[in-house]
Amino acid sequence: MLILQILLNAIVLGSLYACIAVGFSLVWGVLNVINMMHGSFIVLGSYLAWGAYKALGIAPWTSLLIAAPVFFCIGYGIQRGVLNRVIAAPVLVTLTLTFGLDLILNNAMLVAFTADYRQLVLDPSLGSLSAGSLVVPIDRIVAMVFSLLLTLALFLVLRRSRIGRAIVAVRMDRDAARLMGVDVPSIYATAFGLGAAMAGCAGVLLAMIFPISPIASGSYLGKAFVVCVLGGLGSVPGAVVGGLFLAIVESFGSLVLGPENSVTLSFGLLIVFLIFRPQGLLGKRGFE
Amino acid sequence: MKQRIYYGALVLLVLFGCLPFLDSSYALRIGTFACMYAIMSVSWTVIGGFTGYPSFATGAFFGLGAYCGGVLINKGWSLFAAAGAAGAIAFAGAIALGLVLLRLRGHYFAIASLAVAEVLRELANTATNLTGGGMGLNIPMSVKGSSSVMGEASFFFWAMWTLLLLTFIVVRLIQESKLGFGLICIKQNESAADMIGVNATIYKSLAFAFSGVFVSMAGALYAAWVHYIEPPDVFDILFAIKPIVMALLGGLGSPAGALLGAFAFLGIEEAVWRNYLQIHSGVLGLMVVVLLLFLPEGMMSISKRLSQLGGRRG
Repeated sequence: MLILQILLNAIVLGSLYACIAVGFSLVWGVLNVINMMHGSFIVLGSYLAWGAYKALGIAPWTSLLIAAPVFFCIGYGIQRGVLNRVIAAPVLVTLTLTFGLDLILNNAMLVAFTADYRQLVLDPSLGSLSAGSLVVPIDRIVAMVFSLLLTLALFLVLRRSRIGRAIVAVRMDRDAARLMGVDVPSIYATAFGLGAAMAGCAGVLLAMIFPISPIASGSYLGKAFVVCVLGGLGSVPGAVVGGLFLAIVESFGSLVLGPENSVTLSFGLLIVFLIFRPQGLLGKRGFE
Repeated sequence: MKQRIYYGALVLLVLFGCLPFLDSSYALRIGTFACMYAIMSVSWTVIGGFTGYPSFATGAFFGLGAYCGGVLINKGWSLFAAAGAAGAIAFAGAIALGLVLLRLRGHYFAIASLAVAEVLRELANTATNLTGGGMGLNIPMSVKGSSSVMGEASFFFWAMWTLLLLTFIVVRLIQESKLGFGLICIKQNESAADMIGVNATIYKSLAFAFSGVFVSMAGALYAAWVHYIEPPDVFDILFAIKPIVMALLGGLGSPAGALLGAFAFLGIEEAVWRNYLQIHSGVLGLMVVVLLLFLPEGMMSISKRLSQLGGRRG
C-alpha cells in the first residue's frame, strides 16, 4: 500500500514537474537559450497567486487567467528588449546574460517579499479524497489537473495554431523558416513569452501546495533542467514523460536512500542521461 | 602588444606583493580576496577562454579544495601539505570527470558542470562524519610562529599571492605551449582539430584539470584562513559565475585580461557594493547585463573602440 501511495504522490508531482519544464524546454529548443530566469518566474507566479488570494480573495485557478497574459508580456518584453541583441552569440554569453537577469529578478523579490516562507492556505480547505488507505488532498488533484491541462494547451497551440506551426518551423530550420516569410525575431519573442507564461502558471499552481520563497527558484530551475534532459529537448510529450520519470525515480529513490540524497540522485541521473542518451527518452538524435 | 600586456600585468602583480608593508589589515583582507578571485578567473581562462567550453565548475573545485584542506588540517597535516593534496585530488578528479563531462558540448556541458557543485554540496552536507555536514567544519590555527593577527594576515596574503603568481605563470606557459595551441584549435573547430592529430579528449581533460588545480589549492588556503567553512558558503554558485564575469570584464581568452578583470571587479565590488548590502547580487546581475550588452569584448577593447571612434570622426 505504501508503494501505491508513493506512486500516486509521484504522479501528482510529476505532472507539476512537466508544467515547470515544458516552457523551459520550449525556450531552449526554439531559441537555443537556457533561460536561467525560469525558476524566478515560477516563484514570481507563486507570489502573484498568494497576493491575489490574500488581498482580493481570487482563487489560484482563477489567477491563472491573470498570470498567463502578465507573464507572456514580461517574457515577450525581455526577449525583444534584451535577449534579441545577443541571440546569435555563443552559449557562454546567452547563459551568463540570463543568469545576470535572474540575479536582478531574484534580488528584487528578496527585497520585496523577504526570504521568509509564505504559505497560501485555502479557506475553507478542499479536504482530501481517500480510497482504502490511499489519501490525496484535493488541492493537489486540482493542481495536477490544471498543470496537465496547461501542458495540453501548449501542445495544441504548437500543433494546431498558425503561430505554433511557425514556432516549430523556426525550431527545425531557422533559415528555411525565414525564407518562407516567418518573422523570426517575433517568433523568438512569442516563444519566450509562452515559456514565461507557462512558468508563471506553474508557479500559481505550485503555490497551492508548496511554501513560497525566492530561495526556491534554484531548485525549480534544477528540476526543469533535469526533466528536459530526461524527456528530450523541445518536445511537449517529452517534458511530460521526463517529469513523471523524474518524480517516480525521486520518490522511490528517497524511500530507499533517504530524502537527503534526492538531489544527488536526480543530478546523477542527469549526468548518466547526458552521456548515454543525450536525446532523452522521447527525443530524436540530431534534431537540433 | 600581447607581450606588453603580459609583462605589464606581471609587474603589477609583483608590486601588489608589497601590500603587507602598508600595514593595514583592511588592505590585506581585500588583497587576499583579490588574489583568490584572480586565481579563479585566470584558471577559468584555460577551459573557458582557450578551449571555449563554458565551465561552471570553478565553484565545485573551490569547495572541494576547501573541504580537502579543512579535513586534512584537522587530521594534523601541515597547511602546505594539505593544500598540495587538495590540488592533487582536484587534478585527478578533474581528469576523471573531464573524460566523461567533456564529451558534452555547449549548453549540456554548462549544465553538467553546474551540477557538479550541486552534487558535491549535497555530499558535503550528508557526509557528517567527515565534513561536519550542515554544521560546518572548524579548522584549527595552522600557522606556527606568528601569534599576532597581522602576522597571520600577512602570511595568508603572501601564500595566496604566491599561488596567484604561480597560476599566472603556469597559465601563460600553457598558452605558449603546444597544449595551448591545441586548445585554441579545439575552440575553433573541434572535429578538425581531432582530424589533424590533436588528441581532443586528453587536451580537454588537461585543460579542465588545470582550470581546477589552483582553484582547489586556493580553496584549501581559504579554509585555513577563515577557520570555518560550511557547504553553502564554499560551494556558492557565485564562485562559479564571478570568475566568468571577471574574465569577460578583462577580455576573454587572455590570462592578463583575466587578472586585471579580477582586480577591477573587486575594486568595483568594494566601491559600490559595500554600500548596498541588500541588493548585492542584483547589482552584480546588472553589471553582467550591461557588460555583455555593451562591452562584450571586455576592458581591453575600450582603447581599440576609442581609436575606431576617433578614426571615424577624423
